[in-house]
Amino acid sequence: MAKLFAVTIIVIAIASAIPIVLHIWEPPADISVHGKMIDEQMSETMLEAGICFLASQLILGFFIWRYSNRPKTEKITSFPGGARGLVAAAVIIVGLEVMALGAFGTRAWAAIYFTPAPPDAVQVQAQAGQFAFYFRYPGPDGKFGPIHPEKIDESTENFYGLDTTNDPDSKDDIVTAELAVPVNRDVHLLMHSKDVGHSFFVRELRIHQDFVPGLDLSVHFTPTKVGRYEIVCTQLCGLGHYNMKAYLEVMTQDDFDKWLKQQAALQ
Amino acid sequence: MHDMSAHVVHHHAPPTGFIRKHIFSLDHKVIGEQYYGLALIAVYIGLVLSWIMRIHLAWPNAPIHGLQFLSKTGAPGGVMTPEYYLQLMTMHGTIMVFFVLTTAPFAGFGNYFLPIQVGAEDMPFPHINMMSFWVTFVAFCFAVAAFFVPQGPPLSGWTAYAPLSALGSVAGPGQGAGQVMWAISIGIFCIGQLLGSLNFISTTLDMRCQGMSLMRLPLSVWAWFITSCIGLTAFAVLMPACILLILDHVAGTSFFVPSGLVVNDQLQAHAGGSTLLWQHLFWFFGHPEVYIAIVPAMGVVSHVLITNMRRPLLSHRVIIYSMVAIAFLSYMVYGHHMFVSGMNPFSSIVFSFPTLAITIPATIIVLIWLGSLYGSKLRINSASLFALGFVSMFISGGISGFFLAQPSIDIMLHATYFVVGHFHLVMAVAALFGIFAGTYFWFPKVTGHMMNETLGKIHFWFTFVGAYCIFMPFHYLGMAGNIRRYQAFVDDFMQPLLPVHKFITIAALITGAAQLVFLYNLIHSRFWGKPAPANPWEGTSLEWSIPSPPPFDNFGGKLPVVYHDPYQYGIESSTGDYVMQDSPEQITSVRDEK
Repeated sequence: MAKLFAVTIIVIAIASAIPIVLHIWEPPADISVHGKMIDEQMSETMLEAGICFLASQLILGFFIWRYSNRPKTEKITSFPGGARGLVAAAVIIVGLEVMALGAFGTRAWAAIYFTPAPPDAVQVQAQAGQFAFYFRYPGPDGKFGPIHPEKIDESTENFYGLDTTNDPDSKDDIVTAELAVPVNRDVHLLMHSKDVGHSFFVRELRIHQDFVPGLDLSVHFTPTKVGRYEIVCTQLCGLGHYNMKAYLEVMTQDDFDKWLKQQAALQ
Repeated sequence: MHDMSAHVVHHHAPPTGFIRKHIFSLDHKVIGEQYYGLALIAVYIGLVLSWIMRIHLAWPNAPIHGLQFLSKTGAPGGVMTPEYYLQLMTMHGTIMVFFVLTTAPFAGFGNYFLPIQVGAEDMPFPHINMMSFWVTFVAFCFAVAAFFVPQGPPLSGWTAYAPLSALGSVAGPGQGAGQVMWAISIGIFCIGQLLGSLNFISTTLDMRCQGMSLMRLPLSVWAWFITSCIGLTAFAVLMPACILLILDHVAGTSFFVPSGLVVNDQLQAHAGGSTLLWQHLFWFFGHPEVYIAIVPAMGVVSHVLITNMRRPLLSHRVIIYSMVAIAFLSYMVYGHHMFVSGMNPFSSIVFSFPTLAITIPATIIVLIWLGSLYGSKLRINSASLFALGFVSMFISGGISGFFLAQPSIDIMLHATYFVVGHFHLVMAVAALFGIFAGTYFWFPKVTGHMMNETLGKIHFWFTFVGAYCIFMPFHYLGMAGNIRRYQAFVDDFMQPLLPVHKFITIAALITGAAQLVFLYNLIHSRFWGKPAPANPWEGTSLEWSIPSPPPFDNFGGKLPVVYHDPYQYGIESSTGDYVMQDSPEQITSVRDEK
């Protein structure tokens, strides 16, 4: 029984590592400037975690195999180095390793959050509501008109509560259901929730940020590859949460300009 | 240390009537059994809920026969609506975290064995102890009642994030009466745990018998004591948070709701609240709660492992200090749940490092367990198998914490199945393995009957392999970006992952069915199991020095005197390779703490 258990632990440990080594389930290729740092951090962490995981499970399995059901004549022996050695190993090897991981990981975090969006970034406002995303572009004047919550009315498709009659800044605002952005330009996404908490997650962009009612948050990113990518809500927001999604269209600058004109004509 | 040897009479008389003996009992042992029984009922409810969810995820349109009787509107014809999935998910998490993982390893085992292991005849405040259980029972009734209120239980998850949880039924089905029932239940639950923690702390500090110094306390007692200290502060924060949430519903306050929200096309009257405030209050409780579940299991597993390794751990003190360090750090790490919440991104860095640092005491504990296995004389039985299984699960679940502690990686893994896999392994499955280890170990003491070892091993094998088959693939799903809390996977990139979900569901059904073997074993052995001797495992701590089951006053009217450290194994004595704590036999101590 003990030996079977030991073998089972070892088999499970190795089998668990196989999909990782073979890269069977992985995030899609990165399409952002900062994403490479996140991917490198992920790989580094996987390597270190994998070594810790395999080493500890194999040792556990081996010790169960070796030290179970021993004959009465055999004596109990102590681990060489005793507790001191193990505490030192935990502090020096594992402690330093994870702290170093954490320190290096701050680079990627800082690239997203501690550097402001450049002034020429494309400005887009994202609004999340049960259970859809809407996006707003400021139009030729470069200014977003104010939001009037009392004017939000889905039946008239006034998703943002804009007063285009009285607010001059709102008149040229362009509201869309998909997020189109030009490739290789920094995009400054201003995030606003109209009801409950939601989230903005695009795997390929390596961007994940909650929408928080009452707080105006923003993220910025630079997409590097033309294509169509899914935006999903990851913050439980109600019964339609699973179905709350939109698409990110990364276009060439020319296509983006054309698209923006088409959307303006539809307003 | 308080010398209680002069007070040999149990300070409340043995009950005579059925109600005072079995229902409103002041006896810590009965209260411990009541907590365990409550957890047992709760865990099977939670298990069935998980089955229903798993079947729905794998085969979304397949009717689950009989489900329509639980809710006609939630599951017409047995097919779940999207909201009903979320409602059952909320109740699964709530019932499992609060009424199983907190209740069994801490309040259940702790109530029964803490007073015995410290050499006391009972807790110092038996009435408060009784109240703590019945308050918890009332909390459980409120939680279950949420199934039967109009629109059913809440759908906001066990974390009940505001403002979804604070807006009322306008935000979704179950968000009105169901959410209020949830908040009342959890608020009351907190009171029960606070009362229990007070008793645990005072018993440990003031009721120890003669000779029972702090360092002579078994590791299980240390774990329950440390957990009580965590609980005292963590539940004291969650309870007012629940009160504020209820007020947002019934009194028109806006603690968690800001102004200008338009929900379901209706402008809300609330103004001035903070949605992140709920998250801070909740996770200030929520992360220590992880340790409220796992630290008692660490203590129980250490206790079981030592007895079956026939040697003390390499260092008793280091384990204690590490558990204290975990408890201390547990308050500084909660922000890792909120890396992408909109909290100041500098705070994410600040919360990241204590989260990584908590790896150190956790690693020390694991290495001490592994180092103590070296050269031991390990006995394999159901209890030790589950204790060793705990070590394996704790390693697997703990290591995935390396990823989630880093804000940059959390960008990819937050709210995915990776998180679900992580916390299920490290907190839920590991704690359950601790509960199982404790059950197989202490059952003979509690009931006077042995459990069936063959059934215990069958239970172990299915549970151990099954748990890995369920929760390891969760990590892979998360890495591929599979979002949690979805009732169906309509997104293009998630659809190819459906076969993995089917595999997990089949594994969950089989592993769940194996828990019926455990239930059968528990009930059958309770009445027809082989009679248990006083000390079937050749243990050293005080619970093994008294008859099985223990008499009403634990020690037969005379409190014990303790002469030894708790784990004197691997020596030569008149009893064999161990000497009991209350044996006056002179031996050379094997405590190895240099």
